[in-house]
Amino acid sequence: MSKKITVGPVGYMPQSAPSMGVELSPEGKALLYGNIVEEEEAMRDAAKALLTMNNPTIFPGPQVLWDWREDVADKSAAILDLASEIPNCKIIPMPDYRPKYPKIDVKAEINPNHPNLTILDNKIKACVFIGVHCHYANLTLRMIRAGTSCYTVAMCAMMGHEEAMASIRDVHADSIVKFKDIVIQVRNELGIEHTTTMPPENPSLPKEDWGSLTPADYGEYRALIMSKKGEHVTAVE
Amino acid sequence: MSLNKTLVDMDYLLNEAPREKHFITGAQAMAEAVKRASVDMAIAYPITPQSEVMHLVGDIYAQGHIKEYYRAEEELGTMSAIAGAARGGVRMFTATSGPGLLRGLEAIVSWPGHRIPCVLGVLTRVVNAPLSIQPDNIEMAYLMHSGVVMLHAENQQDTFDYTLAAFAITEKVDVYIPVSVSTEGFFVTHAKGYVDMMDEKYAFTEVDPYHAPVPAMDNEVPPARIQRDAPVQKSNFMSYLIHSVWQQEIWDCNSRAMKYVYQYLGGPIEVINPDADVFIVASGCAAAQSREANRYAEEEGLSVGLVKVKCIRPWPRKEINDALKNAKTVIVPEHNIIGWLSKEIKASIPNGGIVVEGPRVYGGMTLPVELIMEEIYIALGMDSEKLQA
Repeated sequence: MSKKITVGPVGYMPQSAPSMGVELSPEGKALLYGNIVEEEEAMRDAAKALLTMNNPTIFPGPQVLWDWREDVADKSAAILDLASEIPNCKIIPMPDYRPKYPKIDVKAEINPNHPNLTILDNKIKACVFIGVHCHYANLTLRMIRAGTSCYTVAMCAMMGHEEAMASIRDVHADSIVKFKDIVIQVRNELGIEHTTTMPPENPSLPKEDWGSLTPADYGEYRALIMSKKGEHVTAVE
Repeated sequence: MSLNKTLVDMDYLLNEAPREKHFITGAQAMAEAVKRASVDMAIAYPITPQSEVMHLVGDIYAQGHIKEYYRAEEELGTMSAIAGAARGGVRMFTATSGPGLLRGLEAIVSWPGHRIPCVLGVLTRVVNAPLSIQPDNIEMAYLMHSGVVMLHAENQQDTFDYTLAAFAITEKVDVYIPVSVSTEGFFVTHAKGYVDMMDEKYAFTEVDPYHAPVPAMDNEVPPARIQRDAPVQKSNFMSYLIHSVWQQEIWDCNSRAMKYVYQYLGGPIEVINPDADVFIVASGCAAAQSREANRYAEEEGLSVGLVKVKCIRPWPRKEINDALKNAKTVIVPEHNIIGWLSKEIKASIPNGGIVVEGPRVYGGMTLPVELIMEEIYIALGMDSEKLQA
C-alpha cells in the first residue's frame, strides 16, 4: 500500500490531507495512511502502533468527558477498558478548545491549538483522539503530523479524519470494544506480556475532594457555576 | 415547526416529492424554497428594490413557516447576527445584494472559519459608483475568495432547487460552512419563469445541532460550556500554525462540498454537445443566453458545445478540464466587466489561450444572444456577411 499520509514531521508548512487527494471513507470502511481500507485492517495497524511505540496515549475530548448523552457513559467506560489493555497507556484529556495561555500544563491536558507541546513534552509516539469535535480534531491532527513523529489514530463518531494515520468512523461503544479486542489479539500475536491495568492518575490534577470544594476551585470556570447578582437558584443539577 | 408539515430528507424533497408547475419570479422561487426548508430564523436587511426575497421571507414568517424573523439595522449587523444565531445550532437564512453584500462582507468572510452553516441568497447588482440598482454580478468575485460554497443559478427553477439543496449541503458535518446561492438581479429575481415545486406541506428535516463538527453554544449542555473560536492572535509560531491549518480547513470543507453538489445538483457542470470544437462556458443568467446561442447555432447547422457552470466554489477544475479537453475555442459570456469566470477557466485548462474573454455586459445591460453568436462565427472562421446578417 502506498502511504498518502505518513507519520511526521512533514515540515514547517503542512499540506492538508484533502488537498493531497485523501477523501473520507464511506460507511463501513476506514482510512489507513489516507487509503480506504476495511475497518479491521485499520484497527490492526493502529493497535500495533499503540503496542509498539513509546508512550501510547489516549486523548479523550469533551464529547466523552461530559455525560451529556445517553451513550456517553458506555463509550467512556469502553475507553477506560481499552486503555487498560495497552501497556503503559496514559489518558490525557482535551477538556475544551481554548488555547491555554500563558502556558499549558502539558502533563495535565492537550489543546487543539497547540497539541505539539503535549505530544513532544511527553514523548508520545502513538495516540488516539476520541470525542473531539471534528473541526478541532482535523486541526490538531494536521499540526501533529506537521511537527511531531507521533502516529495518530482518530476514533470519530461521525465521518472520520483524513489527517490521521488510522481513521475509524461512526465510532460508538461497540466499536471501541471491538478495537480493544483487536488490541488484545495483536498484543498476543506480538508476544507482549501484559496484565490488565488501569492508566495512572493524571499527576498534575489535584485529588478531588468534593467535601471541601469551593467556587474558587473551579478557577476560570467559576462563572458557570455561580449565580448572578440577584439571581436565586433553587434547582441544581 | 408550527405548521403540520411532512418532514423529509433532501433527496426525497428534491427528487421524489411530486411537483407542480408554477409561474413565479426568481425572488418568489427563492422564498418558496425557504418555505420548504424548515428554517428556524431569518434575519433581513432587505435592500429594496433589488430583491424582494427578504420581504417575501417576512411574509413566510408571518404565515408560520419560520420560527423567528427580524430586520437588522444594516448588513454588517445582519451577517454578524446570522453568525451568532447559527452558533446556537439553528438553521439560518438571509439574502442580500451588491452593496449590501459588500457591507456585510467582513462578517461573511469570517463565517467559514467560525464554521457557520447558513444559506445566503445573493441577488446580484451593480456595486460601483455611480449608484445603480441594475444587474451585474461583479460582487461574486469578492465572494469567491471567502471560503463560502457558491452556487450560481441560471433561472427561477435553479434558484428554487439550488436554495433547497444549499440547506442540505451547508449542514453536512464535513462541510459545515455557508452556502451562497447567487442569481442575477432583475433578469431572474424580477422576471417570471416556470418553476416545478413540491407542495408546501413537505419540508426538509429539522436541523440537529449536535450532528456538527463544532459544539453548538448551548449552555445547558456541558460539552458546549467551552469556547468555540480560539483567540489565536498571540505572536508565536504555534499561533501562526493554528491559523494556517484553520485556513486550510476552510478550503478543505469547501472542496468536500463537491460530492454533495453531485448528490443534489447532479454535478457542478452541465455539458451539451460534448464533441464540439467551439464551446460556450457560462454561469448564471449568462448560461440562459448561452443556451439560446447554442440553440441558434444548432438551427444554423453549427456544432457548438455548452458548459453551464452551476458551482463556482468548490471550483470544478477537473470537470471543466475534462469537458474542454478537445475544445479549440472557448467563449465565456459574462455579466461583469472583470471576467471572473473567464479568468478561472483560463487558469484551469492547460491551453488557456483558446479562451475568448467575452462577450461581457455590465452596468445593467442585457446580454443579447447575437453578441455570443458573433464570437461563434469568428471562432468558426465564417465570413463577415454572416456577421452582418
